[in-house]
Amino acid sequence: MDIKFKGGIILIVLIAALYYAFPTYRAYQPGVDPQTVDNKVNLGLDLQGGMYLDIEIKVEEAVKEIIRRTAVELEDLLIDEQIDFVEVRQTAGSLIVEMEAGKKVNLELEPYDRFLVQFDQQPEGELTFLSLKEDEANRIRESAVSQALEVLRNRIDSLGISEPSLQKQGANNIVIQLPGLKDRDRAIELIGPQAVLQFQIVNSNATPNTYNRLTEVVKYQEVWDKTTNKLISKRPYVLDKKILMTGEFIRDARVRIDSRDNSPYVALSFDSIGADLFAKITRRNVGRNMAIVLDDKVQSAPVIREAITGGEASISGQFTVEEADTLKIVLRSGSLPAPIEIREERTVGASLGEDSVEQGLSSLMIGSVLVLIFMIFYYRLAGVFAAVALIFNVILIISILGAFGATLTLPGMAGIVLTIGMAVDANVLIFQRIREELKRTENPRAAIQEGFGKAFRTILDANITTLFAALALLQFGTGPIKGFAVTLSIGIIASMFTAIVVTRFFFDIVYLRKTKLHKLSI
Amino acid sequence: MQFLNFKEGQFIDFLSYKRLAAVFSGLLILAGVASIVAHQGLKYGIDFRGGTNVQIQFSTAPDLDQLRQFFAEKGMKNVVLQTFGDAADKEILLGLPTGSPLGTGEQLTSELRKILLPQHPKLEIRRIETIGPKVGDELKISAVQAILIALGLVLLYITIRFQWRQGVSAIVALVHDVLVVIGMFSILDKEFSLTVVAALLTVVGYSLNDTIVVFDRIRENQGKYRKKPFDETINLSITETLSRTLITSGTTLLVVLALFLLGGEIIHDFAFALLVGVLIGTYSSIYVASPVAVYLTKLAPPAGTAPATT
Repeated sequence: MDIKFKGGIILIVLIAALYYAFPTYRAYQPGVDPQTVDNKVNLGLDLQGGMYLDIEIKVEEAVKEIIRRTAVELEDLLIDEQIDFVEVRQTAGSLIVEMEAGKKVNLELEPYDRFLVQFDQQPEGELTFLSLKEDEANRIRESAVSQALEVLRNRIDSLGISEPSLQKQGANNIVIQLPGLKDRDRAIELIGPQAVLQFQIVNSNATPNTYNRLTEVVKYQEVWDKTTNKLISKRPYVLDKKILMTGEFIRDARVRIDSRDNSPYVALSFDSIGADLFAKITRRNVGRNMAIVLDDKVQSAPVIREAITGGEASISGQFTVEEADTLKIVLRSGSLPAPIEIREERTVGASLGEDSVEQGLSSLMIGSVLVLIFMIFYYRLAGVFAAVALIFNVILIISILGAFGATLTLPGMAGIVLTIGMAVDANVLIFQRIREELKRTENPRAAIQEGFGKAFRTILDANITTLFAALALLQFGTGPIKGFAVTLSIGIIASMFTAIVVTRFFFDIVYLRKTKLHKLSI
Repeated sequence: MQFLNFKEGQFIDFLSYKRLAAVFSGLLILAGVASIVAHQGLKYGIDFRGGTNVQIQFSTAPDLDQLRQFFAEKGMKNVVLQTFGDAADKEILLGLPTGSPLGTGEQLTSELRKILLPQHPKLEIRRIETIGPKVGDELKISAVQAILIALGLVLLYITIRFQWRQGVSAIVALVHDVLVVIGMFSILDKEFSLTVVAALLTVVGYSLNDTIVVFDRIRENQGKYRKKPFDETINLSITETLSRTLITSGTTLLVVLALFLLGGEIIHDFAFALLVGVLIGTYSSIYVASPVAVYLTKLAPPAGTAPATT
């Protein structure tokens, strides 16, 4: 290849590398807010501090909930239509409608046919099995995840994190990244609860030992000691099974302070449908107690003194102001379609992140300086070529990471350090080969050509196999390991270019252009 | 400057040490396996076992026994306490099992503060890691998968570029390296975590690098000296590439050492695995991969060649 052409390519790559590495350099200068700079290498949460959460949406619970609601709806309808049935039972993925002996109901006719949109029916004597269609179940699962994403985004917005990230991962998982998060506990408190609000009537005549298991249910009110954070007692309530209303009609929620005892409570206001419904419910149950149930725990159960027509309700409990505030945000953002489970949490404090950056950088600096010194000492001028190529290599890695806006983690930094140790291998292979050739021939020019030529195949084989190992690591998804695999892969590819092309170019301009070449400094 | 300067055709008889090497490797692996059996399995980090780790920095050197007693009084007997990093850092790592009262709790940090603040008014919770039990199992599977995928790809590539004999001997050497490093972790009672798996795969890539350089030279020398016995060609090839092998090991060890000494506690075990791996990988490409290749060639000579003589 023509030297000028080669030099041109190297120059273009160098300029491009500097161009793409520059934003990263600028972003991390003192006094610069990194967020104002685009196309830079981002620091991973382990380096800048923050929280990484991998949560699972329990989508099967959302499917069960739909089946449960359908059962209630169907039961109500059968009662309204005055059909003689025994019961509507719910199993894992289906409903069973049991009719009285000899009675039948044709589900294909109005008003029952709407149930067959989601369910397949299979009659067997008095029993009719209704099973949820598989594509319907899938639709419910998918929408549960996208709804959860929406709700969680709203809740997280209230944390005031400047660049939060929520991403769907796999089928049922959401990865949340909150860089710079300060209050870890508050984030978990906001993200964790499903926040399903339900209104149910209390049956004051029944006790937990004597209640009708078909129509009633026992739920508990928990009493916590605020100073030791221990559960003191659980007060049982017997509630009508029927859920009169849920939190879906909440238009707004606010924290207010009760003037009588200065305790905070959460005031809810419903939208117009909710307000009408709430008025109807309270009018029918004047004199009884209505339990306000949040995530299956009774918050309070005040007496309904008169019909409440203003569309307002309040939840009082023994809240601290902060708890009331959390509840307010959670109720405003709406409930999650299914409970969630935290699969993985990695939270790093900002100061630890700074320490890690410092340690990573110092091992990077000292490791590379040692390698450079060795190379120059051992291979003299050729070693200098290799050293320049190595520095080029590091700039190239940073520019590639920056161009893709990649994220650098602590293991990722280790990957770069490692690349430096291994990148010189290509040069070592070439230089050793040239030395061998020099023993065989008097012609340094031929030795250079032979050295590069013969070493090339070995370098290719060796690097490709190392890439395989790095690729095998990429399957670990988003974790810190991926950062390592990415920088290692980029480093290997960049090192092939710098070791083979750039070093060769130096040999070309320093030695091969000379008309008389007697000795190599290698 | 040069060292290991050999005349052309001159070589060290590496293969004459193959029995010794086999005994050495065998003992090394056996010691590791024995240690794993004695410890009833590997000491998994939370990545694989699930649970919660909390890294806490104190303003004064913490007294672990006192802290242990303290947690026990609060009804938390299953916590594991250890110092983390240098004593000068005044840091501890608190390990909680899955489902512990503090566990994935919403109030983990405020609870810990409440417990510890009366004695240590200045403390900083620097890092919290919680891995659910399901994730631990998944990661275990991915780790095994990653190692198998890497080995499979390598076998395929070397078989295509060289011969299946070389492919198999490279794999034997890699499995050897992986076993030695894992064994070393068990012997030294170090935690086997996800980053160690990353280090293992890097070792696989690195050790392979060495092995391939030697194999490449063997292939070249086989073409050059058709009359030479196979053993001699191998010895010659290892000798010719020896200085490169040692120099590259040297530069890699330099940077790994920098990571090990300066990289901080979080990647300490990672760097340690690399340190052991680079050393053992260099050894194995000379004393494991090549002897196995010789053995396989004798066992199943390539078609059309005379069996190698010793």
